[in-house]
Amino acid sequence: MQQQPTSFQEIVLRLQTYWAGKGCAVLQPYDMEVGAGTFHPATTLRSLGPKAWAAAYVQPSRRPTDGRYGDNPNRLQHYYQFQVIIKPSPPDLQALYLGSLEAIGIDLSLHDVRFVEDDWESPTLGAAGLGWEVWCDGMEVSQFTYFQQVAGHECRPVSGELTYGLERLAMYVLGVEHVMDMPFNAPSAPIPLTYGDVFRQTEREYSRWNFDQADTETLLRHFEDAEAECRRTIGAPAVDPKTGREIAMAHPAYDQCIKASHIFNLLDARGVISPTERQAYIARVRALAKLCADAFLTTEAGRAA
Amino acid sequence: MADLLLELFSEEIPARMQARAAEDLKRLFTEAMVARGLTYSAAAAFATPRRLALSVTGLPKATMPVREERKGPRTDAPEAALEGFLRSTGLSRDRLEKRADKKGEVWFAVIEAPGRQAAEVIAEIAPEVIRAFPWPRSMRWGSGDLTWVRPLRSILCILSDEAGADVVPFEIGGVASGGETEGHRFMAPARFAPRDFDDYAKRLLAAKVVLDPEERRARIRADMANLAFAAGMEVVEDEGLFAEVAGLVEWPVALMGEIEARFLGLPPEVLRTSMKEHQKFFSLRNPKTGRIERFVTVANIEAPDGGATILKGNLRVLAARLSDALFFWENDLRTVERGGMEALGAKLETVTFHSKLGTQADRVKRIAALAREIAPMVGADPEAAEKAALVCKADLTSEMVGEFPELQGVMGEYYAKAAWLTDNVAAAAREHYAPLGPSDAVPTAPVSVAVALADKIDMLAGFWAIDEKPTGSKDPFALRRAALGVVRIVLDGNHRVRLNTRPGPFSVASELVGERERDNGRGYADTNELLAFFADRLKVHLRGAGVRHDVIDACFRLGGQDDLVLLVARVRALQAFLGTEEGANLLAGYRRAANIVAAEAKKDGGAEGAPDPALAREAEERALFAALDAAEASIGPALEREDFAAAMEAMAGLRAPIDAFFEKVQVNAPEPETRLNRLRLLGRIREVMHQVAIFSAIEG
Repeated sequence: MQQQPTSFQEIVLRLQTYWAGKGCAVLQPYDMEVGAGTFHPATTLRSLGPKAWAAAYVQPSRRPTDGRYGDNPNRLQHYYQFQVIIKPSPPDLQALYLGSLEAIGIDLSLHDVRFVEDDWESPTLGAAGLGWEVWCDGMEVSQFTYFQQVAGHECRPVSGELTYGLERLAMYVLGVEHVMDMPFNAPSAPIPLTYGDVFRQTEREYSRWNFDQADTETLLRHFEDAEAECRRTIGAPAVDPKTGREIAMAHPAYDQCIKASHIFNLLDARGVISPTERQAYIARVRALAKLCADAFLTTEAGRAA
Repeated sequence: MADLLLELFSEEIPARMQARAAEDLKRLFTEAMVARGLTYSAAAAFATPRRLALSVTGLPKATMPVREERKGPRTDAPEAALEGFLRSTGLSRDRLEKRADKKGEVWFAVIEAPGRQAAEVIAEIAPEVIRAFPWPRSMRWGSGDLTWVRPLRSILCILSDEAGADVVPFEIGGVASGGETEGHRFMAPARFAPRDFDDYAKRLLAAKVVLDPEERRARIRADMANLAFAAGMEVVEDEGLFAEVAGLVEWPVALMGEIEARFLGLPPEVLRTSMKEHQKFFSLRNPKTGRIERFVTVANIEAPDGGATILKGNLRVLAARLSDALFFWENDLRTVERGGMEALGAKLETVTFHSKLGTQADRVKRIAALAREIAPMVGADPEAAEKAALVCKADLTSEMVGEFPELQGVMGEYYAKAAWLTDNVAAAAREHYAPLGPSDAVPTAPVSVAVALADKIDMLAGFWAIDEKPTGSKDPFALRRAALGVVRIVLDGNHRVRLNTRPGPFSVASELVGERERDNGRGYADTNELLAFFADRLKVHLRGAGVRHDVIDACFRLGGQDDLVLLVARVRALQAFLGTEEGANLLAGYRRAANIVAAEAKKDGGAEGAPDPALAREAEERALFAALDAAEASIGPALEREDFAAAMEAMAGLRAPIDAFFEKVQVNAPEPETRLNRLRLLGRIREVMHQVAIFSAIEG
């Protein structure tokens, strides 16, 4: 048994080390605002097409409606997910996953770890999968999904996706009651920092901005712009006139899709989207995701060799 | 004789699917065996979160050989006929025999299927059953194409007898069958090879897996009872949760915990729902205080620390959940204290009920107006009914119901009480949703009844007006349930409500909806069609009580049958009457009369008009006239008095005169005038009897 981790970052590092040891490419976070690790093109786009893939990464995720000014012990508008995606899903993925829990100090003989049915669906991505939420002593610590469909395309082969809600998991492992009290670096460090030292200020600022200040007209315009740019990019001729090469621009287009999705979340937090409009916005983002996926499948990374 | 053991070992099977899957496995497998001539003496199937197991005992070593002879076309028949015969038998021409038949020479096929080894048959069946397994939802994994509920990881398939066990070899989706399985994921993961089913169950138990879900349930029940007893608590029964929890563990270990004192002030429904929905905890009630004070969680592992870590973790999660619930509860109460139920439900203005039927606030206004209208019909105070309707949906926008939608209504009652509304108004907030299912109790308090009826009738009139009626299996708005709810409330409470009489519930509801619909260029609900929908619900509802649907039709077709209590009284009286000898014979007489009138009408047009007693020539004819007059004279007033038994009795008096008439009197008399009068007399039988019911609707 390893020593117990003492900080948030140690847990993140151990997960990275563990999955690197299991053969995953450890990527860095995607450099755009996303609602969940699934939006990273390393998951969304790479789960499409026939090519094998294995990646693990931390993804800062933003859910504007979850902001609580840094006061709530569990809720944050900005938090971290740890994401593992392996295609095709290996037969021992459950065992690999359980190994990762041990790696961060969860003794599987002392805790009650269970796989409880939870089918996953992302209407914005047009994605769906079957799997479980993983419970540790009654607490959901991860989402475990076998992708069946992404952006309207059947997944063949099927990817296995693991998503760890890092703050929650770490709070549990470290025995912390309020997220802001959680040690971010080692408590023995010369300058020990808590999660609150790092994020309390931003939580407060973003909560105000998300709920009351973000200019909705600007956001609405940005949504339209992102949507238009995504469609224009996809619609550009496949052959680049300058290089004479065939270059479908799935990733740049997908960036615009991600952008539209995040702007939609902001508009939602601002409370300017009615329930009926909501569905329409989601459908618009989904249509973009579908266009990007279609384009990706024509690229070298997306099609059969 | 040999015994079969099959185990399909997979990643965790959703709890709700396990029982059905075990049944399906047994059924599909044994059916396939029988279809192939493989007999057996008994079969049983079991499910755990990770395995489906099937035990079939008393299999022969091999199936019996089968010899079948089939006659084909004549030898001189066209080539095509012979080819068809060859295709259907699967034989080639040189395998056919020529035999003499009465009509000449005929081809004969002798199909001989030799007996097959049981193992061979099973190896054929198993992949077939797996491939076609009816999971509610199944999936693919890895690079394979096989679908299963979750990835299928290994297959144990053995045939055993006194000599030992043999693996039945087959392969599906990259998984080859073998002779081994494994125990509990954490406590006993080692693989082992069982000899037969009994050995399998025994060794699983040693490996910390209770195979039989019934046994797991029994263990949970017993452990929980012990824990509760020791703590002086009682278990709040919950069968659904039992079944679910038994499907989440292979080795149930019950652990009891205490709810922190700061949460004990929450309504028991909130405690129970939060613990059940989020954490699958059972609630323990203190019989002395009546409060839920403890819980039992069922873990899947026996931990060396006696479960202390597990319990601590669960308590922690519970505290977080209940802190949320407490936060919602206190916020909602604050809202109510500040601005009453109006403040709590203010956001209903922004919640769309249906794009064509407006917001929830629009709907509440309609329900209130309708409840006021219905109140006097069910003995409720119109003011109270209106008030109750105005607040009955306010909790839908409360924070607590936002978190726990299943607490709608329940929270409404708490909040209405907090707003100092009277108990009957508050109770309506909870009770107006009832009945939710066929076994759910119906509201009986008058105000609740008025609001419950208004709620359901508004919904029905609304969806009828925008033409979103249920079709076939599609009933997304649960309109059948709503109509059935009205039927049950009205019948159980003996409420004399004329649903479709103007002004009445249907017309008022339809106008309230129509007011809004007019602006959208749509019409009102077709309330006659809506009433017919109710008649259909009534048939379904009374089927269990043995009430015939055709008898309901016979009464409903009279028209204007919108008082369901009265309609059912009539139906029951009529069905009882038809069950008597008098009734059966009268029905026969009615049919005879109707057939003659119909047959004659084909020849020379109808015999419309009243018969003239002065033209009656025979005694039996005159007697029938007299009997019809007498019957008519008593049926009318009896119906007036709603005395259906008396009406039936009056009809019964017609039986003898009708029988005698048919025996003695010739309808088709040579004199046209007499014939016409007699046909008219037969028509009058129909007329008189149709006061009671449309007898032509009776079947059989």
